[in-house]
This record gives sequence, C-alpha cells and structure tokens, in this order.
Amino acid sequence: MEQTEHAKHPPYVGIFAALAVLTALELGVAFFENWPKRVIILVLVFLAIWKALLVALYYMHLRFEPNRLRILALAPLPLAVILVIAVITEYVW
Amino acid sequence: MAHAAVMRPPAPAEPGAGVYNAKLGMWVFLGSEVMFFTALIGSYIILRFGNEQYWAQPAQILNVPITAFNTFWLICSSVTMVKAFAAAQDGNQKALRGWLVATVVIGAMFVGIQAYEYAQLIHLGFLPSGYRAGSELAEAAAAGTPYHGSALPASVSLYGATFYTMTGFHGFHVTMGVICMAFVTWKAFRGSYTATDHRGVEVIGLYWHFVDLVWIILFTIVYLI
Repeated sequence: MEQTEHAKHPPYVGIFAALAVLTALELGVAFFENWPKRVIILVLVFLAIWKALLVALYYMHLRFEPNRLRILALAPLPLAVILVIAVITEYVW
Repeated sequence: MAHAAVMRPPAPAEPGAGVYNAKLGMWVFLGSEVMFFTALIGSYIILRFGNEQYWAQPAQILNVPITAFNTFWLICSSVTMVKAFAAAQDGNQKALRGWLVATVVIGAMFVGIQAYEYAQLIHLGFLPSGYRAGSELAEAAAAGTPYHGSALPASVSLYGATFYTMTGFHGFHVTMGVICMAFVTWKAFRGSYTATDHRGVEVIGLYWHFVDLVWIILFTIVYLI
C-alpha cells in the first residue's frame, strides 16, 4: 500500500456534514414554489454534481491519486456525453 | 539461426497507472459502470422530457421523505466506509471491524427501506407496467380528480418501467456491495488487513462510494426533478 504509517486523513466527517447539508438544501429547493421549474432543475443538477464531486475527490481519493489514474477515471465521461447525444439524435430524428 | 538475429530483449516493465492491479481493475470496472448508468439515466431523461404528459410529479406517487432519509442513510454508509479505510491505514483493527460492520448494516438497511418503498408503491398501484387495475392510483387517474396536488396522467407505463429499471438496478448494485462488504468484513475479523496491506478494503470502498455517487444523481433526477 502507498501509506504505511499513521496518515493525516482528509476531513471525512466534514465532507459528510457538507453532503448532509447539500441534501437538505436539495430538498428545500425541489419544493420551493417561487422559482421557475427550469431554475429549480439547474440548481438541483448543480447541487448533485457538487455532491458527486465531493464523493469522487475525497471519499474515492481522486484528489490524491496520480494523474494517470485521474485520467482513467475521467475517460468514460466524454464517452457518456457522446452516448447521450447519440440517443437524443435518435429520438429527435 | 536466421530468426535469432531478429530477436530483441523483452520490453522493460511499464509503470502503468501507478497503482496496484486490483485498484486499477476496479477503476476500469467503474468506468464501464459509468457507461451503464449513463445509458439508463440518458434514456430516462430523453423519454421523460419527450413524454411529459405521461409523467406524474415525483411527489405525487413516490414517497420522497422516506427516500430522502434513505439518501442520507447511504451517505452515512459512505462515511463509515471511508472511516474503515482510514482505520485500516492506521492499523487500528478494532475500528476497522466496527466501521465495516456499520457499513454492512447501513447498506442492508438501505436495501430494506427500498424494498419497503417498492411494496408501498405496488400497494398503491404503481407497477413497472403502469397502474394496477382497480388500485387507488388507477381510479384517481380514470376519474381525473386531483391527487396530491394535480391530476394523474392517463398512463404511467413508461414512467413505471423507467423508474423500476433505474432504481432496481441501483438496488441490485447496493445488494451486491453489501454481500461483498460482508465478505471483506469477515476477512477483517480474521485479521487479513494490516496497515501495510489493506487492498481489499480500499477496492470495495471504491465500489461502495461509486454506488453512493450514482444514487446522488438518481435521487435528484428521479425523485426531485
């Protein structure tokens, strides 16, 4: 393993608190009736991406991994976008 | 010996991604899982926004409060998992076992709550094939009366099929994760993981956090939007 001695760990409990607060915020935004639906969707997607990034960077340790592994982890994302665009074109045409 | 003249020494070993093979393998597997869930989520988004008239508002049929609690619960399991990993790094066997047991229990409870949610939805009349004939939902949809705020769609077969497919596949992943985690926990009780070698804990942790990450996206798309 990379680490053999007592390591200084990332703030795991702090990240957990942030995830819990963001989840509560999502619930508040989802049922907030004064904003247009499109604004609510954009805010919810932003909050979901924020939470996903916190999990990937700190709990999955991508922030501390070698660049080559980060590239490997990010490699499917462009492919995922291509897949969604392909499905959209199939639906539209 | 003609062929001996063209022989070359073997290529030197390459460093690869700079991590051990099991971890690299898990990341490659997770890459394929990204594509799998993208196919499901992408299809859901396209089907939904192309057929808005066949979609109920999430809070009309789905039990958002209980799922929100389940989401919080899964996040709790992620922090117990990562604490188990930290304990393994520190060589703290007692903490490692305790956090792993907590993760298994919380993961199993997530699956249990999801099963309860499904049972509740099926009782209400929301099936993968649409409304169950004679159910509360089918009667409200047929009468066109407001149900939790507004009228229900005439048919929810597309909604039901996509909802159960996405959440069902995720639940299947959590179930597999709980089974694998139980195996890792058993190994931890046998003293298989040390401060210098705790690869099993790290690899199952990557899978577990990925499952949590996917749920974060699914919860937003299926239950909140």
